[in-house]
Amino acid sequence: MEKILQVKDLELSFNTFGGEVKAIRGVNFDLYKGETLAIVGESGSGKSVTTKSIMRLLPEESAEFKNGEILFGGRDLTKLSDREMQKIRGKDISMIFQDPMTSLNPTMPIGRQITEPILKHQKISKDEAKKLAVDLLRLVGMPKPELRMKQYPHQFSGGQRQRIVIAIALACNPQVLIADEPTTALDVTIQAQILELMKDLQKKIDTSIIFITHDLGVVANVADRVAVMYGGKIVEIGTVDEIFYNPQHPYTWGLLSSMPSMDAEDAKLYAIPGTPPDLLDPPKGDAFALRSEYAMKIDMEQPPPFFKVSDTHMAATWLLHPEAPTVEPPEMVIERMKKFPGSRYYEGSAN
Amino acid sequence: MARYIGKRLIYMFITLALIATFTFFLMKILPGSPIASADKLSPEQRAVVEARYGLDQPLPVQYFDYMFGLLQGDLGISINQFKGADVTDVILSRMGPSAQIGFQGMLLGTVLGILFGMVAALRQNTWMDYGSTIVAIIGISIPSFVFASMLQYWLGLKLDLFPVALWKDGFMSSVLPSIALAMFPLATAARFIRTEMIEVLGSDYITLAKAKGASGSEIAFKHAFRNALIPLITVLGPMAVSILTGSLVVEQIFAIPGIGEQFVKSIMVSDFSIIMGTTIFFSVFLIVIILVVDILYGVIDPRIRLSGGKS
Amino acid sequence: MTQNYDKLPQDAFTRIPRDTQEAEKISKPSVSFWQDAWRSLKKNKGAILSLILFGLIVLMSFLGPVISPYEPNDQTITHANLPPKIPVIENLGIMDGVGTLGGRQVDLYEMKNVEQNYWFGTDGLGRDMFSRVWKGTQVSLFIAFVAAAIDMLIGVIYGGISGYFGGRVDDVMQRIVEILTGIPNLVVVILFILIMDPGILAIIIALTITGWTGMSRVVRGQVLKYKSQEFVLAARTLGASDSRIIWKHLMPNVLGVIIINTMFTIPGAIFFEAFLSFIGLGLQAPDASLGTLINDGYKLIQYQPHILLFPAVVLSLIMIAFNLIGDGLRDALDPKMKD
Repeated sequence: MEKILQVKDLELSFNTFGGEVKAIRGVNFDLYKGETLAIVGESGSGKSVTTKSIMRLLPEESAEFKNGEILFGGRDLTKLSDREMQKIRGKDISMIFQDPMTSLNPTMPIGRQITEPILKHQKISKDEAKKLAVDLLRLVGMPKPELRMKQYPHQFSGGQRQRIVIAIALACNPQVLIADEPTTALDVTIQAQILELMKDLQKKIDTSIIFITHDLGVVANVADRVAVMYGGKIVEIGTVDEIFYNPQHPYTWGLLSSMPSMDAEDAKLYAIPGTPPDLLDPPKGDAFALRSEYAMKIDMEQPPPFFKVSDTHMAATWLLHPEAPTVEPPEMVIERMKKFPGSRYYEGSAN
Repeated sequence: MARYIGKRLIYMFITLALIATFTFFLMKILPGSPIASADKLSPEQRAVVEARYGLDQPLPVQYFDYMFGLLQGDLGISINQFKGADVTDVILSRMGPSAQIGFQGMLLGTVLGILFGMVAALRQNTWMDYGSTIVAIIGISIPSFVFASMLQYWLGLKLDLFPVALWKDGFMSSVLPSIALAMFPLATAARFIRTEMIEVLGSDYITLAKAKGASGSEIAFKHAFRNALIPLITVLGPMAVSILTGSLVVEQIFAIPGIGEQFVKSIMVSDFSIIMGTTIFFSVFLIVIILVVDILYGVIDPRIRLSGGKS
Repeated sequence: MTQNYDKLPQDAFTRIPRDTQEAEKISKPSVSFWQDAWRSLKKNKGAILSLILFGLIVLMSFLGPVISPYEPNDQTITHANLPPKIPVIENLGIMDGVGTLGGRQVDLYEMKNVEQNYWFGTDGLGRDMFSRVWKGTQVSLFIAFVAAAIDMLIGVIYGGISGYFGGRVDDVMQRIVEILTGIPNLVVVILFILIMDPGILAIIIALTITGWTGMSRVVRGQVLKYKSQEFVLAARTLGASDSRIIWKHLMPNVLGVIIINTMFTIPGAIFFEAFLSFIGLGLQAPDASLGTLINDGYKLIQYQPHILLFPAVVLSLIMIAFNLIGDGLRDALDPKMKD
């Protein structure tokens, strides 16, 4: 498959009054054409920062690339000038934000907000751009699009606004669409509609999507592959089945255990103890070790390398080292692993 | 919106009626007769004069006459300074210079203030930002009469660039007073626009505009400026108040034949009918300005404009 | 992955039992709201300098009249209109007692045979400007502080009651405030000054008669905001009394805005006092405030600019200092501005 975007050894820090916050500490992943890659993790894990750094939307005064590259179309995005970056934003890579209530300009009619990137990146007349905008609104499922072009954001509901934001993002048929928690701020029913819309649109226009979320339910619904981030690093990456049914990293175990499930016998929800690491002074070894009940001595001293589980599945945990003791994952995870061919708890087809 | 305006109009009338009533009774309890040389008149002469000014009527009648006159724009009669002239005429005859320096000051201050605020926000933490912040702090802190005296001393007296005082050289006479009045609006607008711009520039829709590929200047002018500018309307009211307050002293300092100068003169010679008339005139002016500003805000900001409809 | 992990120590893979205490440890020391506010205020150089400057001005307003050998209201007609003269600084060519007389620069002290030095010069009646300026500062500050304190007291009580009890009480109280705030401040102040005997008391009453409405609005808004929040509901559920909720739960949260608002009321009051004095509605001679001194000085601006200069500078410094302190406090206390 064709790699459309490659992030290599990316390291990024924020220079704050308190010191250097190492928000991304060596992130590697590839994005393939037409796929949806979900990045999951709790607040502060670096998932949003990673995608904002791809778009170069972080404040230039404080955010600083320390190492690594972001390859897109043969060019390293970390090295482009602002002007070159402006040509890529909204055209080749576009973005959908978390809160549709605040991401539209309140004093500009939505028609102009949709035509803005079209006029910016394509050499077409205003009238053509307007027609295109109406088509886009229809595409995202907005009824009576012609009438709504002149309306202001406050005249739309949250779900409708997110549809408009999606229309803006898709205006120039981008190769990469970054969706930063696009459904978090919406009602559950609206969430489902927006997710359906995005899946639907992806089939139509064949774009690659990076989908950021902390909601594993959403991940299961939309993603082809999943990257789990913790403490500014990816700790596990694999196909959606591999992450859900054969997880290897204790943090992924924790995430999966804390996910409410319909068929779990006891209704008690699991919570990962402790708080995320302080990235002003990140831990030396495995960032999760302090919160993990599977921690080993080496976890405190050396950061774990990636161990290959399968061709598509890798996890950064010392537990996969041949010399490491075998540990029992939480029960809920074992239940899942029983359904996955190739896992050590596989019991044959669950169906 | 119509309901809101209606409600505001009712409040406006209650407020004005209160001020007028208060003013009327104040005139009645102030020591001394409103007739200047009352002591020298014989009782008969006195009765004649009192009848002429309606002072022989019972108090409630006088009150309703006065209130009814107000509705028709009659602010009463100046008794000791202008010998029977209509207060309304006195005020109107002095409106020109006050309106001119007030308007010029407001315009100059607001335009420069917006400029300073924009530059400060777009070039945050540079010398331009610090410079405009210092100007803003000074403009807010230094009272207009101190500033006006300084202008008069340096630009008028020492450098002789502009007339020191009086209203004889047309526009040139209005320059220094206008600058003195402009300081507060300038400082207020600069601070306000800076804060608003910084807030707007940090908002999600600006990030989205960036994500669309908009350039720095497009973001500043197409997206941020309008959103930062609209709320400025809310401080136009306080600015108008400052211009009016300032005009009292600035006109005094530059000896400009405006309403403010007349007002201060009337205080010195205790011409109560002029003081009261001007007070009511000021009240109407300020209350109407604030009402207009509030309605204007509703008209210009689309979020408020259509808030009666769908949300 | 290129690293060689063969040389890992023997016991590298021993499990360590999870220390739950360690996991729940909060990595940053906890700081109280006030400590945090003080810290961010300390970083604000403008505010700290202003605080020091203001402290010095207050100190001088009490010490000034004492250390000056002259009483503020003592007139020495033979010493009238002397420019400032300060012993050491005079060698720099400024404040050396030289003034203009008939178009020529002369040392007026020598000419008039004055042995003493007047640091800020004298006014038209031969009164010592140094002690007058500081005495005037004292009076101006006194008026401003008392007015601000009264505004605060009435505003907090009125706004607090209105916000806390809500409903019909709030409705009625707010209608009254709406009408009062509709009346322009300038108009109220002038009307009240006219019916009262001029003096410090008249000015304070005029300033506070509607001045408190601003504070009451802010306090009401804050009380309304906090009283429906979960922590107050929780306290109520646990049976806390009204007074306990007000003092223990609401007050600490509202205190910030009260302080900020007061910090902006004080320069407003100083300005209004000076303004009234300037248009002739303020203190009557021989009492002096910064406003009356500026008014006196302004009349002689052409010939004796020093009489205007000193009170104007002190007044401006107080105003600047207060605005900067107010700004600093707002940034430090307003959690909205914090990330």
